[in-house]
Amino acid sequence: MTTPPDDELWSAIADPSRRRVLDLVVSNGDVSASWLAGRVPFSRQAVAKHLVVLERAGLVSRRKQGREVLYKVQADRLDQATRAMAELAAQWDRRLAAIKRLAEAAHAKNKTRRQS
Amino acid sequence: MPGLVIEREVLIEAPADVVWRTITEPEHMSQWFADRVDLVVEPGAHGYMQFGDQGGPVVVETVDRPRRFSFRWNYPAGEEPVTGNSMLVEFTLTPEGDERTRLRVTEGGHELRDWPDEEKQRYADEHREGWAEYLDRLANVLAVAGRDDHAAR
Repeated sequence: MTTPPDDELWSAIADPSRRRVLDLVVSNGDVSASWLAGRVPFSRQAVAKHLVVLERAGLVSRRKQGREVLYKVQADRLDQATRAMAELAAQWDRRLAAIKRLAEAAHAKNKTRRQS
Repeated sequence: MPGLVIEREVLIEAPADVVWRTITEPEHMSQWFADRVDLVVEPGAHGYMQFGDQGGPVVVETVDRPRRFSFRWNYPAGEEPVTGNSMLVEFTLTPEGDERTRLRVTEGGHELRDWPDEEKQRYADEHREGWAEYLDRLANVLAVAGRDDHAAR
């Protein structure tokens, strides 16, 4: 099956809203939940929930600075996630190439049959 | 569609109906997909796909011949697949002239269908930077590496 090796990682990145939060952390570095909440169309509570899932999957880490909690991306883990997705994409490329081969062969055969 | 996990496409020199049969008829599916496919292509139909010594259930979602075909898989045993516990694979066929079809496949955990359009657009815009771009770059690198491997053999 196409199940990547790590379910927790996969479900963490499979949700588009969560990926949006992750993207913001990736491109901006040390950011707080309230900073993130100002840049997404969902509630602060939703952002906090996404951060919990991302942290549990090892994609972000948190540290305290004064009264703020700041999040940053864990590069190794992100790399692992990216590779899992790239592998899935490559798998579909192989399947699409096979579909193309089969459909074009079937079409060529149909045409020959019509001509003869 | 932005936000789905994976989106790939290919241009095929055959009419949409031929492509449709290739992607939906079990005897064809077993040539490009699973080793064994037990599937009736009807909305809501439960089927099974076997990959080597592994396998799993699938449930057909959309059947709109010859435009759209989708199914869900990778969901926990004993559960019904819904948004959130499964992966949705969706094929979209777009004719380009009489004898050419663009075939797009997406695989993702969630759909963005319920999002307003401007929201989708904003999401897509933001994705041009950041992680999605990183993923695209990596996918390109892997594709090139794959070709080189092939050429070297």
